[in-house]
Amino acid sequence: MNFETIIGLEVHVELKTKSKIFSPSPNAFGAEPNSNVNPIDLGYPGVLPVLNEEAVNFAMKAAMALNCQIATDTKFDRKNYFYPDNPKAYQISQFDQPIGEHGWIEIEVGGKKKRIGITRVHLEEDAGKLTHGDDGYSYVDFNRQGTPLIEIVSEPDMRTPEEAYAYLEKLKTIIQYTGVSDVKMQEGSLRCDANISLRPYGQEKFGTKAELKNLNSFTFVQKGLEFEEKRQEKVLLSGGEILQETRRYDEKTKETILMRVKEGSDDYRYFPEPDLVPLYIDDAWKERIRNEIPELPDARKQRYINELGLSEYDASMLTGSKEMADFFEETIQQGADIKQASNWLMGEVSGYMNKHYKELHELALTPDALGKMITLIEDGTISSKIAKKVFAELVENGGDPEQIVKDKGMVQISDEGQLREVITAILNDNEQSIIDYKNGKDRALGFLVGQVMKATKGQANPPMVNKILIEEMDKR
Amino acid sequence: MSLFDNSIKEIEAKLHNKEITVSDLVEASYNRIHEVDDQVHAFLTLDEENARQKAKELDNGSDTTAKLFGIPVGIKDNIVTKGLRTTCGSQFLRNFNDPLYDATVVEKLNAEKVVTVGKLNMDEFAMGSSNENSSYTPTRNPWNTDYVPGGSSGGSAAAVASGQVLFSLGSDTGGSIRQPAAFCGVVGLKPTYGLVSRFGLVAFASSLDQIGPLTRTVEDNARVLEVIAGHDKMDSTSANVEVPTYTEALTGDVNGLKIAVPKEYLAEGVNPEVREAVMEALKVYESLGATWEEVSLPHSKYAVSTYYLLASSEASANLARFDGVRYGVRSENADNMVDMFKKSRSEGFGEEVKRRIMLGTFALSSGYYDAYYKKAQKVRTLIKNDFEKIFEEYDVVIGPTTPTPAFKVGEKINDPLTMYANDILTIPVNLAGVPGISVPCGLSEAGLPIGLQIIGKHFDESTVFRAAHAFEQATDHHTKRPQLGGAKA
Amino acid sequence: MAEITKDQVKHVANLARLEITEQEAEMFTEQLSSIITFAEQLNELDTDGIEPTTHVLDLKNVMRKDEPRQWITREDALKNAPDQKDGQFRVPSILAD
Repeated sequence: MNFETIIGLEVHVELKTKSKIFSPSPNAFGAEPNSNVNPIDLGYPGVLPVLNEEAVNFAMKAAMALNCQIATDTKFDRKNYFYPDNPKAYQISQFDQPIGEHGWIEIEVGGKKKRIGITRVHLEEDAGKLTHGDDGYSYVDFNRQGTPLIEIVSEPDMRTPEEAYAYLEKLKTIIQYTGVSDVKMQEGSLRCDANISLRPYGQEKFGTKAELKNLNSFTFVQKGLEFEEKRQEKVLLSGGEILQETRRYDEKTKETILMRVKEGSDDYRYFPEPDLVPLYIDDAWKERIRNEIPELPDARKQRYINELGLSEYDASMLTGSKEMADFFEETIQQGADIKQASNWLMGEVSGYMNKHYKELHELALTPDALGKMITLIEDGTISSKIAKKVFAELVENGGDPEQIVKDKGMVQISDEGQLREVITAILNDNEQSIIDYKNGKDRALGFLVGQVMKATKGQANPPMVNKILIEEMDKR
Repeated sequence: MSLFDNSIKEIEAKLHNKEITVSDLVEASYNRIHEVDDQVHAFLTLDEENARQKAKELDNGSDTTAKLFGIPVGIKDNIVTKGLRTTCGSQFLRNFNDPLYDATVVEKLNAEKVVTVGKLNMDEFAMGSSNENSSYTPTRNPWNTDYVPGGSSGGSAAAVASGQVLFSLGSDTGGSIRQPAAFCGVVGLKPTYGLVSRFGLVAFASSLDQIGPLTRTVEDNARVLEVIAGHDKMDSTSANVEVPTYTEALTGDVNGLKIAVPKEYLAEGVNPEVREAVMEALKVYESLGATWEEVSLPHSKYAVSTYYLLASSEASANLARFDGVRYGVRSENADNMVDMFKKSRSEGFGEEVKRRIMLGTFALSSGYYDAYYKKAQKVRTLIKNDFEKIFEEYDVVIGPTTPTPAFKVGEKINDPLTMYANDILTIPVNLAGVPGISVPCGLSEAGLPIGLQIIGKHFDESTVFRAAHAFEQATDHHTKRPQLGGAKA
Repeated sequence: MAEITKDQVKHVANLARLEITEQEAEMFTEQLSSIITFAEQLNELDTDGIEPTTHVLDLKNVMRKDEPRQWITREDALKNAPDQKDGQFRVPSILAD
C-alpha cells in the first residue's frame, strides 16, 4: 500500500425525548404516516418553533459522554435547502456555536488503543421521510420531522475501515449508556455518513475526499470504506484524479456507486434563527446534567476487571451494551457465580439472541431466573446438560428455574445405588464395549456414558456415572 | 352618523342599554361593505354566515362583559384564521381555505367576543407600501380612490377609514401599519417587538414583524392592544411582561412630557405640507405643557438599506416553505420535483415577492453574507443605539409617519427604490424594536390625510398612547371622514 | 457600483427555486445591482467591534417542558395537500420518467 487512508465520520443520532424538538407532537417510531404531525411540523404558515428543554439536556449529556466541552453561549441557525421532506425549506440546526466541541473517544483495534477526536456535536431537527414509489411519484411522511437529532462529527483521525467500525461500535455503546437514544441503525435512530480520502505516506495535505452515504449497518460502513479505499488507490496509481463526490454503497454488488460530483460546496445560506432566542448554559445546568450521566462503558469494564476479576475480554464483551452489562450485574446480585454468569451471557444467551435476532429485553429470561439457574448448577441440583434444557424453557417462556426442574423431573440423579443399578443393566447388554474398553479403546467409555444418559433422560450426574462405570467394569 | 363613529366604549354602552344588538353591528358592517367595498377593495374574503351566526349567539347569551363584546373586526389576511381562507394577498394561497388553527391574536380577540367579518387585503406577503402588490384587486384609498391606501396593511386601514369595521388588525414589519394608517387617516400602532404574539402571523421578517391594531381613535387602539398583547408560550420571542391597562394612561395630561424631534425626520424629502402639519402638532403639544427639542438620530439614513437587506434575507427563508407540497397551489406544469418547486413558486408569487426573495438569497449567499447580511445586522445595532441614547433624555420621539401623503396608484410601482424610500421614517422603529403610533394630524391641500408618528421606549406603549390621546383630544383631525359612495362614512 | 451579473442572478434564482425568464433575469440583474449599490452606503460606517443584532430583546433560554400533545388529526394534516395518496403527501419524483 502506497497510500495512507484518512477517514472521518458524521453520525446522526435521534434523541428519544417524548415530544419533538420544536413542537409538542409525540416523538415515536413506527406510527401511521402523518399521524404524529401538527401545523408546526408541517411548516404551516405562521407557526413558530419552541425549544424542548429535554432535547438540550439530552444533547448535552451525549456531548459530555463524548468528552466534549459544552458551550456556554449557543444558538440555533437556519440551514436553507429545498427538499420535499424539509417542510420549511430550512432545517433548524446549529452552525457556528455547536453545543459541544473538542471531544474524543477511545477505540481498540488489534489490541492497540487509539483516541479518535470529535470535532463537534450539534443539535438539530430531523426531516420527514421521503420514499420513492415505482409510479413516478415520491411520498412524504412527516412523522419523523422535528425529531431531535444530534450530529456527531469526528476528526479525520481514523486510518483503516476497521477503526471506523470500532469507532461506531464505541460511539453507539457510549450513547446507549447515556440513555438519550435507542441508537438503532435499522430504525434510523443512528445514521452514518463517511468521508474517505487517500494521501501518499509522509504527505501532510489531505487528498480529495469522497463522501459515502446510504450505509445501513456498521458492517456496510466498513465494507464500503474498504471498497472505496481500493477504488481510490487504483485511480491514484493509474495517474487519475479523485473527484469530490458523493457515493452510495450498494449492498448487493458490494460496491460504491457515484451519486453526484460536488461542484464547490453547497450554499446553505446559514443565518441565526430569528424565531428562537439564544441559549445560555451556566455551570449549574452543566453540573446537573453531568451528574445524571451513568457509569460509561470504559469505567464499567475497568471495574469488572479490577473488582470482579473478569478477564479483559469478558469484561469488554459484557460492557459492549448497557443492557447486557445491567443484566449481568443483576444476575450476580442473585448470588450467581460471576464467571458462570459471564459465560452463560456470552455463550447461550448471546447465541440465542443472534439466532433469533432478538434483543435482551425481548427474551422471557430474567436476570433473576438466570441467577437462580446458575445456583442450581452450582449446588449440583442440575447438570450443565440439564441446565441447557432449563435455559431453553426460561428463554422461551420464562418462569422459575426451580419450579421447572421440579415440574419436568429434571433433578439430577446423584443417588449412587440408583445409578449403579442402571449401569449394571447397561453393562450386561454391552459386553463388547467392556472388552473394547479393556483393550484401551477410550471411545467405548464415551459410548457407555451416552447409554446411561439416554436411559436416565440425561439426568444422571455425569462425574458419578463415570466413576461408577469404571468401578463396575474393573470388577468384571 | 354611522354606528361606527362611536368608540368601542360607546358601543359597549349601547349594547348594554339594549339600544342596539350585535346583529345590528354586524349588519351595519356588511351593509357598508356591500355599499363601498367595490370601490375600496379592502376585503379579500368575507365570512358572512359565520359572523351572523356568532352575532346571534352573542345576542342570545347572557354575559356581555367581554372587552370587545360583539365588535365587528377585520383581520389582515396574513394572520391565520381556522376555517377561514388566509391568502396573504398571494395567488399561491388562493385555495388555502383552512389554515387549521387560529393565530394567538385571533384566539385572544375571540375570547373577548369579537365578530370577525372577513379577511383584509394586503400587499402580497406584506411586501409593499401601496397595496398595489396585492395579487387580487389592489385596495384604494377611501379619501380618493385614485390614490393608494398605503401598505402593506392597506386593506386594514381602508376598512376602518371607510367605516366597514370598527377596528382591524394589521402587521408592521417596516411601517406596514403606521404608513397606511397615515395615508387613510386612522390610528395605527406598531407595538414593541415581543409585546404581541407572532404565532399565526405568516412571517415576512421574523425579527421585525409585529401585529397591531388600526382604529379610529387612540382610546379604541389602547383597548384592543390590552386584549391582544401579552406573553405567549407558542412564540419564543414573546416577552414575559405584565400588560398594563393602557386605557388608564389616557389622562389627557402631557404637561412636562419631553419630546425629541429628530432633525433627520423633517429633512429634505419631507413634503412641506407634512412638515407644516407636524410643526402644528408640536405647537399643540407646547400648548399642553409639553416641551420639544430637535435631536439627531444620526444613523437614520442607513435604515432603509439595513432594513431591505435584513428583511429580505429573513423573508427568503420564511417564504421558502411555499413549495407546493403540503398546501397552496402546485403548478400543473411540472414533471419532476425541482420543476415542481420552481414552477409552483414562480407561478404563485408576484414580482415584488420574487425581487425580495432574490435580494435576500443573494445577501445570505456564500461570499456575500458578511458584506451584506452581517454588516446590516451591525448597523441595526447602531440604529437601535441611536434610540436608546435619545430615550435616556426624552419620553417620546415625534415626527411625521411618512414623508408625503398618499401617492397616486401607479406612481411608484415601477421603481422599487423610490417605493422603498417611502418607509424611511417608519423603518427605524422596527429595527430598534420600539413602539410607534400614527395618528391623524391634518389633511393636505389635496384632501389626503397626514400622519403624526409618536415613538416610545420599549414596552412604554402607555406613554405613546397618552401622548397620542392628548393630541387627538386637543384637535379634531380624528373626526374627519372620507366622502365615499355618496355618503359620509 | 456593485456589479451583479446575469449569471449570478440565475444562480440566486436557482438557489431560491424560482424559475425566471431571460427577460426577468435582465430586470433583476439591473434592479438588484442598483439596490445593492444603494446598500453599499453601509460601508461608510465603521462597524468594527459592533455586535450584530439578531434579536432586539435580550431574551435567553426560552424553552418548553417535554410534554407530548396531539393537536390535529391525520385527516387535517393532509387537508390542504395539493396531492396525496394513502395518507402521504405525493410529489413528482426527482427525475422525470
